[in-house]
Amino acid sequence: MSVLLATEHLTMRFGGVVAVDDVSLSIEERELRCLIGPNGAGKSTFFRCLTGQYRPSAGRILWRGEDITGLEPHQIARRGIGIKTQVPSLFDGLTALEGVVLALRRQHREREARRRALAVLERLGIAELAHRPVGLLAHGQRQLVELATVVAPAPDLIILDEPTAGMSAEETAGTAALIRDMNRDHAIVVVEHDMQFIRAIARKVTVFHQGRVLVEDSAEAVLADPRVHDVYLGRPPEARQAVPA
Amino acid sequence: MPGEGPGRASANGRAAFEAALGLLAAGIAAWWLPQMLELFSIINATVYTAMAVLALSLALVWGFGGILCFGQAAFFGLGGYAYAVAALNLPDTTYAVPIAILVPSLAAAALGYVMFFGRISDVYMGVITLTVTLILFNFVNSTAGEEWRIGAAPLGGFNGIPTTPPLNLPGDPGTPLAPEQIFVLAVLCLGLCYALCKLVLRSRFGRVVVAIRENELRAALLGYDVRLYKLGIFTIGGAMAGLAGLLFANCVFVSPTMFSLAYSGQIIIWVMVGGIGTLLGPVIGAMLLQALTAWVGTLPEINPNLILGLVLLVAVLAIPRGLQPTVAGWLRRRLPEDAA
Ligand SMILES: Nc1ncnc2c1ncn2[C@@H]1O[C@H](COP(=O)(O)OP(=O)(O)OP(=O)(O)O)[C@@H](O)[C@H]1O
Ligand SMILES: [Mg+2]
Repeated sequence: MSVLLATEHLTMRFGGVVAVDDVSLSIEERELRCLIGPNGAGKSTFFRCLTGQYRPSAGRILWRGEDITGLEPHQIARRGIGIKTQVPSLFDGLTALEGVVLALRRQHREREARRRALAVLERLGIAELAHRPVGLLAHGQRQLVELATVVAPAPDLIILDEPTAGMSAEETAGTAALIRDMNRDHAIVVVEHDMQFIRAIARKVTVFHQGRVLVEDSAEAVLADPRVHDVYLGRPPEARQAVPA
Repeated sequence: MPGEGPGRASANGRAAFEAALGLLAAGIAAWWLPQMLELFSIINATVYTAMAVLALSLALVWGFGGILCFGQAAFFGLGGYAYAVAALNLPDTTYAVPIAILVPSLAAAALGYVMFFGRISDVYMGVITLTVTLILFNFVNSTAGEEWRIGAAPLGGFNGIPTTPPLNLPGDPGTPLAPEQIFVLAVLCLGLCYALCKLVLRSRFGRVVVAIRENELRAALLGYDVRLYKLGIFTIGGAMAGLAGLLFANCVFVSPTMFSLAYSGQIIIWVMVGGIGTLLGPVIGAMLLQALTAWVGTLPEINPNLILGLVLLVAVLAIPRGLQPTVAGWLRRRLPEDAA
């Protein structure tokens, strides 16, 4: 399989804090990768570098072999990288439908964009929210609307930073199904703390710790790894109990 | 707009409908008012209308583009002066019209380029637009000497250019437009600008501009070049302010006060009182507040600024969302069957 995205020695410093430290990692076409790690491990910062929100202090980012380090966020987005940020990033004053239509409007004409937007909202089970202003929705619903906005234009790489936080069990199950479904023709990187969710969807898991890659292996192997267990001690119980002692 | 037609009409159809309604209102005003008013009032009404165009320009840039520009008067002044200088130099003043719109557009594009592509933060954007306006004000004020002339046009320093010829009938330089005709032109320009705003905001471009106001990061992450869209809306606003300056030059005359901070501040107040994020509100706000200012000026023994300040304070406290949203909300409650 060919490599879709690769980082080489990617590093992001904030003054004395090294949030991402010499990370070399690669994602293949149509891969489904889980990223885990305790709070402050550098996962979100890593994504901000990938999507052009931060300019990395050192290292390179390669997209299908092309160096995209230092490009503007919109330039990176146009190559086919979409991200659902950890804190939902939405057009609060617009309706869910208006936002998703805009996500599609670069590639499609109005009528087609609308048709596809409605289909995505339907697929995520939030068609009834289509005409509601996003700013008035509950947190879990906002997560779903953002998910719809990100997956609608079908980027080749979809980054999901804690997509199920604040969702009901039902919504979480729906999201897992969607991720598996999307994975048939898109590469996906997803950050999750819910180990059941990880077992359900991931083949390969990368563990971040203090800005570095601690382990990278199959889900089973990673979840059994004592180092991962150590790193996660002190995390909330749902994460701890999921790591076999 | 309150009381719009069929509930399920497409949004585009509605925008076109509202644009047409705006044009119709302008047409009626243009036909009817000149018959009703005497000359002095007609000139006054023309000034109000020119200022309403100016208010509309900032309503677009600030209310929809989210760019708080403290220097909208700069483009207004540039439009006025560009018209005056071109009109004094050209045989047919009609040709001064595109110049009066182009000059402030280019200025807005240049300033916008520096601000949006230079990653300047919102606060500094305010400072920069303010500074540019001050510089222009001081510069134009200092052009009193004979050496300050562009072709046949003396810039005139603080006196302005009182000799500015009005627009003539297109193709007929011997026939200048009468004040009534200038008024009709101004009202039609206002109607056209309103219609243009409506259509721009319904277009993909306009919707991305609003999305950027809502969340700049999300727009960028979806692949939109935020800087280009801001530059676009800022330039359109500059062009519209320039048109307002042209109209002003045709009913009063151009002078450095056009660049003054007092004007820039007033425009912001008109938009605020009218309702940020609305179009009709700022137009009405501009008209009402100018009428109020004129009236307060006639009161004996009272400091007009004190009264105006008080009125503004009360307005901001009593209707914080502005005129249009408040009235629309009130109408919706009165006519519950209208709420879709
Ligand atoms: N803009 C910034 N300035 C300074 N420090 C920052 C900045 N952004 C992130 N950091 C620091 O970088 C480190 C990594 O943070 P990051 O948010 O990437 O972790 P994370 O793995 O996403 O954590 P979580 O699971 O809580 O989301 C933290 O120590 C954080 O304080
Ligand atoms: Mg994070």
